[in-house]
Amino acid sequence: MADFLQQVVSGLASGAIFASLALALVLIYRSTDVVNFAQGEMATFATYVAWSLMDHGMSYWPAFVLTLVLAFLGGATIERTLIRPVEHRPEIAIVIVTIGLLIALNGLTGWIWGAEVKAFDSPFPNETWDVGGVAISQQDIGVLVVCLLTVTALWAFFRFTTLGLVMRAVANEPTSSRLVGVRVGWMLALGWGLAAVLGAVAGMMAAPTLFLDPTMMLIVLIYAFAAAVLGGIDSPVGAVVGGLMLGVLINLLGAYVDFVGSELRLPTALFVLLVVLMIRPQGLFGHVAVRRV
Amino acid sequence: MIINFAAFVVIAVVIVLLPRFMGEFRLSQFTFVALYFIALLGLNILTGYNGQISLGHGAFMGIGAYASALLILGRPGLEQYQLDPPSWLPLGDGMTPAFTIPLAGLVTGIIGLVVGVPALRLAGVSLALATFALAVSLPTIAKRFDQVTGGGGGLSLLLPETPFGWDISTRHWLYYEAWVTAGVMFLFAWLMVRGRLGRAWRSIRDGEVAAASSGVNPALYKTLAFGVSSFYAGVAGALLVIEVAFVNPDTFPVGLSILLLASTVIGGLGSLSGVLFGALVIEFLPVYSENPPLIDAEFSTQAPSVVFGALLIVIVFLLPGGFAGLLRQVGRWINRGVVRATTKRTAPAPTSDS
Repeated sequence: MADFLQQVVSGLASGAIFASLALALVLIYRSTDVVNFAQGEMATFATYVAWSLMDHGMSYWPAFVLTLVLAFLGGATIERTLIRPVEHRPEIAIVIVTIGLLIALNGLTGWIWGAEVKAFDSPFPNETWDVGGVAISQQDIGVLVVCLLTVTALWAFFRFTTLGLVMRAVANEPTSSRLVGVRVGWMLALGWGLAAVLGAVAGMMAAPTLFLDPTMMLIVLIYAFAAAVLGGIDSPVGAVVGGLMLGVLINLLGAYVDFVGSELRLPTALFVLLVVLMIRPQGLFGHVAVRRV
Repeated sequence: MIINFAAFVVIAVVIVLLPRFMGEFRLSQFTFVALYFIALLGLNILTGYNGQISLGHGAFMGIGAYASALLILGRPGLEQYQLDPPSWLPLGDGMTPAFTIPLAGLVTGIIGLVVGVPALRLAGVSLALATFALAVSLPTIAKRFDQVTGGGGGLSLLLPETPFGWDISTRHWLYYEAWVTAGVMFLFAWLMVRGRLGRAWRSIRDGEVAAASSGVNPALYKTLAFGVSSFYAGVAGALLVIEVAFVNPDTFPVGLSILLLASTVIGGLGSLSGVLFGALVIEFLPVYSENPPLIDAEFSTQAPSVVFGALLIVIVFLLPGGFAGLLRQVGRWINRGVVRATTKRTAPAPTSDS
């Protein structure tokens, strides 16, 4: 039983990372109507920036905050320069631009920092708490808390601030928002910036356990896709719940089902993705897309 | 039409004569161009003509390659490697490599449908998500089922001998085998896209609702496009494994899947005339962007990715038709120039009557 609970907690920790990246995908999907295939590479790039800051002698939390600021600016800049020109083109054109961004950012990361694996410091002690016989890793709890704090802060921003309200309006009714004087373009850039911040949090939380290399977030991105589809690609709540569920599910399957083991965790995500698409394509919390025919 | 046909004949003649002018290494590169050409034809049918994105065509090439390698080795061959494939797998006793090509295509087409059908029921990018997940997970799947695939060590084959007692080297034979297959596949693709099937595919791409209300069954035709497209990838994968006589999980990384899509866009979506250019790009761009010709510099091994990504974005911005679109544009300019020149000469001189 103790072992089971330990597996659940560490599943929740990796699930929180999936949830952050999945939420970033949902944020962009809701504002720009497109799945951002470069989300993982943007996160990796931001994590390397954090690594460089710390390599130059900055301590962890200032480097963390500065990276989030830089990630925000980077995400907003990408929207302004690369996505805006294709905004009104067919969906496929925007998707291809994000794929181009994925290729280019991946190459750029390797070009700047080299392809060898780097260790990334964790702000949390590598110790465990003993809670009624269950050994809970402080690293796992730290990751969970940071990710959930970020998500909650974002929720509060959307729920309680005027800017958040305006951004929700733009996601739902871009044309009407423009008519009442909202700068729709800048709101989209803001959305991309916030998504980049979420990705950067996910990257920095994942890096101590996954180790830093240019393809670090590729696998996390696949889990995030599966989480977003599971929760409903247009639902922020769904992304978070889906991420946590997927993290726990995969950890438990990997630990207790011999057939899955550690090798078939990733294909399990693919399997979840396909089953959800087959049985409940709108996901757990998503809306059924109604098309006017 | 006449220009197209002339271009086709010229390219065919160049392909036939090319081996006279190059060594075995260069020749092998052009064999790769042929098999990328086939994979890109398939991907263009799916993405260019039917408007669906697959980020898993590298993985489908991998499935074709494994299928072909397993059929070539057969059960006795696998047992020589001390592998123990499950007894229900219909592996046979080993086959001539060339005969496995269509079979590998079929196997890949069927597996493609199993993965694709759940995603195909939906509009939008579900197919891209599912195929991308497949591309990332295929290497781990191949490693897990090591009793069939040989695990990380992969499967090695023997290079086939030139058949029919021809007096050419094996590399030459494989070159011709690949290009003859490419020619046949091109012909099929051309026949498909110019007819009823192509019309249905394009109508779904341009407006699924309108297509459905005109009596085109979107689910059926999208599934068909995906099946055909995976078949093409499987054929390309079979040719690859025959050429390099080896396959392991890292032969088909996720990067290949992404590059295939990128090259399809660079060649030109919805046009078969740019596919050859796309295939040349995917084979030669990595070499030349690492060690650029003319400039005395050696860039990082990551340079090809940066160039590829930037090129892809620039093409979407400035040249949505890709290389094929550029060709059409140039053709139009020449046409206009010719028309202007001839009309000037033959136009009646202004009379002074009025």
